[in-house]
Amino acid sequence: MEARPRTSVAGPAAPGRKKSPYPSWFYLPAAIVYAVLFLVPTVTSFYFSLTRWSIFDSQFIGFDNYVTFFREPALVSGLWHTVVYAVITSGLKVVLGLGLAVLLTSQIIGRGYLRSVVFFPVLVSTIGVGLTFTILMDPEEGLINESLSLIGIQGPGWLTDPSYALVSVALVDVWKGVGLATLIYIAGIVSIPQEYFEAARVDGATAWQNFRRIVLPLARPATFTVILLSLIGGLRSFDLIWAMTRGGPGFTSDVIASVIYKQYQAGFYGLSTAGNVVLFLLVTAIIFPLSRFLNSKEVDL
Amino acid sequence: MTRSRIALAVLSAATLALGACSAGSLGSSDDESGGGKVTLSFLTDNQPETVKMAEGLAKDFTAKNPDITINVETRPQGTEGDNIVKTRLSTGDMTDLFMYNSGSLMQALAPQKNLTALDDFAGQLDDNFKKSVGSDGKIYGVPFGNYMAGAILYNKDVYDKNGLKVPTTWDEFQANNAKLKAAGVDPVIQTYGETWTSQLFILGDYHNVEAANPGWADQYTKNQAKYATTPAAKAGFDHLQQVHDAGYVNKDFASAKLTDGLNKLAKGQGAQYPILSAMLSQLIADNPGTENKIGLFAIPGSDAAKNGLTVWAPNGLYIPSSTTGDKLEAAKKFAGFVASPDGCASMGKASQPSGPYAVTGCKLPDSVPQAVKDMQTYIDKQGASSLALEFLSPVKGPALEQICVEVGSGIRKADAAAKLYDEDVKKQAQQLGLEGW
Amino acid sequence: MTAAVEVRRKPRKNVTLSIVAILLSIVVFVVPFVFILLTAVKSRQEASRLDFSWPTQFQFVQNFVDVVQARDYMLIIAFINSTILTVASVAIMVVLAAMVAFVLQRRRTRWTGLVNFLVLSGLIIPPAVVPTIWVLQKLGLFRTMPGLILVEVAFGLSFCILLFRAFIATIPRELDEAAIIDGAGPMRLFFRVILPLLRSVIITIVVVQSVTVFNDFVNPLYLLPGDQNATVQLTLYNFSSSYSTQYNLLFMDILLITIPPLIMFLFFNKRIVAGMTAGAIKG
Repeated sequence: MEARPRTSVAGPAAPGRKKSPYPSWFYLPAAIVYAVLFLVPTVTSFYFSLTRWSIFDSQFIGFDNYVTFFREPALVSGLWHTVVYAVITSGLKVVLGLGLAVLLTSQIIGRGYLRSVVFFPVLVSTIGVGLTFTILMDPEEGLINESLSLIGIQGPGWLTDPSYALVSVALVDVWKGVGLATLIYIAGIVSIPQEYFEAARVDGATAWQNFRRIVLPLARPATFTVILLSLIGGLRSFDLIWAMTRGGPGFTSDVIASVIYKQYQAGFYGLSTAGNVVLFLLVTAIIFPLSRFLNSKEVDL
Repeated sequence: MTRSRIALAVLSAATLALGACSAGSLGSSDDESGGGKVTLSFLTDNQPETVKMAEGLAKDFTAKNPDITINVETRPQGTEGDNIVKTRLSTGDMTDLFMYNSGSLMQALAPQKNLTALDDFAGQLDDNFKKSVGSDGKIYGVPFGNYMAGAILYNKDVYDKNGLKVPTTWDEFQANNAKLKAAGVDPVIQTYGETWTSQLFILGDYHNVEAANPGWADQYTKNQAKYATTPAAKAGFDHLQQVHDAGYVNKDFASAKLTDGLNKLAKGQGAQYPILSAMLSQLIADNPGTENKIGLFAIPGSDAAKNGLTVWAPNGLYIPSSTTGDKLEAAKKFAGFVASPDGCASMGKASQPSGPYAVTGCKLPDSVPQAVKDMQTYIDKQGASSLALEFLSPVKGPALEQICVEVGSGIRKADAAAKLYDEDVKKQAQQLGLEGW
Repeated sequence: MTAAVEVRRKPRKNVTLSIVAILLSIVVFVVPFVFILLTAVKSRQEASRLDFSWPTQFQFVQNFVDVVQARDYMLIIAFINSTILTVASVAIMVVLAAMVAFVLQRRRTRWTGLVNFLVLSGLIIPPAVVPTIWVLQKLGLFRTMPGLILVEVAFGLSFCILLFRAFIATIPRELDEAAIIDGAGPMRLFFRVILPLLRSVIITIVVVQSVTVFNDFVNPLYLLPGDQNATVQLTLYNFSSSYSTQYNLLFMDILLITIPPLIMFLFFNKRIVAGMTAGAIKG
């Protein structure tokens, strides 16, 4: 729909020139935007992380920011929380996403409705979801604990109890994001050629065998996509945590992204940027080897 | 090929231009309104009472000066708002006028560079306020709002019913709490749904710290005194822990918000609420008829004779150096209005005044709420009040509220918390480039 | 969930399983939205109880008007701003990303490796907010709509390129060759022949990215401060503190902000799945 008006202008191109039909300058417009607004900030962040950068000027101070950062107890626990959060969300999205996808590709009544209802939260504003669940999870008056008390369970302070806060936010993240994982799995399952299932039926395979022998191995690329996407999202996650707990109570649900943000708010720009570099290193240290490993697995198949 | 390349360039440029012009014209079209009329933008925080005062001032000022219109914009409170203010100042696109804290937060804005001096109005302001918006002998702000206290608001009915007396030492306070708890009332209200409210036991205790260690603020600024190693300073953290450990706080302390806390106090479900006295306006606005039911006392320390009130200077109204020409003239005129008895009257009309004014000639109405009278008693008595630490030292760690929530929720012990806060403070002092850190 | 592992394509439907699934879906996914809806139409007192109950009186119009009028119709301005931001950045993103993906998939040059690396980096590396502000300031684009649009484009490119590349791989090269023999230059080949074939994946990308940009919160907060510039997510965030006692208005706001994605969803639900099937797996 974008292309229509352009084509008419671009119409008759000069013919006959011996140039590749795939010119490198096609990269150019994207490259400029990307380089200026993504690469330059990323590269300069390494320099700025070595400065004391108040809002008004910057002064080179070597690795002091990193020293400060690693002395900050909130950061050390924040590192750990980040990994926990990413693993919980990613793991649950894989398991639930696969289960839901299998369910939603099977013969089931109301399949269209179910697919829609599972996917819809993906599209809703993170802030809106965060605010809504903060209220649903209110320890005294929230809907969740009131419902639990009807069946005689005393619900915990989901967001106010230090040992639950991080996990509660992670669960909401899964609630919101599992639709995307499911969608990716559905796509993977649908693209499995029917012949496999036919052959299995001839062999008298059970549903479980079908799942183990056909769906699981052939949906592996989908699993890799889900793992990578949800890990990247989980490690960088910020919006939802900020909308729900702001890292609290105390520092018990602080992740690196929220620590960075707090330093930023306090006006410690150099320090905040150092945090950014730490996050950058953490993410690359996890994702690049993992994606290599997963890709090599894929070839093995 | 060249032609098509140009076509693409034109198209992308057009898309950009579209974005640009629409975004611009969307502003409430207050650009240059010509004809001698000036429109000023005015940034305040989004606390409902602040917004009421700002809008009241804007309206009353325009009624007197029909050529000048003032549009009030809001920003979030707390550190998030601080950052917005700093970012906008540094990039030169601050509003024409803005409201912001006085004291250490204001000093962090680099006033000489970023603000316009307002010495013309110095004669109308009281000394404590001038100190808190002054830098290098100049003053940069006029008072927006009233003096306030970091103290304990208490429900007088509940106190009377249980036969309690206002405590002057921490032990008396704890004895009162024990009786209140036995009577089935929540003795102390805490509201960590809004984290800043957790800090009062520490910040509001500063008069007691200063009374026990005269000159503490100076030593603190020079990195010679620490929270963890000064017993009187650490007491704030201890108190917070004791109140939690004894089970004196309301059950929903972890999720309750400021509004919940104020309502609990007004309704007598809770007896005492350590909070900034300025929150009184909201309490009365939300619970009509409570003006005289709520009293105030200073946070008790170890020595009854030295007990006194910790006072916050009013917020300031500032003009950034990016405001020039006609707008600067108009903005100064507005600042003059705010720093005059008319301005005080306008603010008092919009929101219940909750403490003394910092402008000479401004008087509180006779019918002030009981808590404000209580506050006045401390201020009138020699040596029974001091300014809060943030007006005496530029050093203030950004993580105090989270640390206080931890102590008040039993996650961290007072000793560890005081040490952690000292680290936090160190970080901030280093960032400010202070000597001796 | 073991019962859920039912893959056989038999016409017979599993009724028990269906009922369980539908009931669960209602509790887990539908109730929160109904809660938003119910609270949004309640009176202030009733909403403050946070119950899941039928409103005794409906205040839909009243609440709607209150929210829209709040702070000088800020919500309307915010909706216009968000629409401009979303439409412009997604349009630019789609065209630029398709161009890159097209050349990237079709032709191996010394650039290919680098471009692939950068695309992957763009997906993985967390953007550095403060230095971005610094760059925008130097360019004079800080606190302007074009600045924010370009930032959204820069951050969204990688994802789009990956999806496009995977999809373009499924388009036979013979088509290109036929077009080239007919005398088409690169521009015509791309815009006339390839781009129309990308329709289904374009729809997926448009839906996914417009939702991402529309729901983006952090970038507008820092790159476009100021009330007149607010986007809808910012209004929601700002309202959340001033509405701390007016849950009916807060939820009305959430409700209004959920409507654009809902419309997107109702129109494109099926196509999203179609586009993903072709694109995401190999990405």
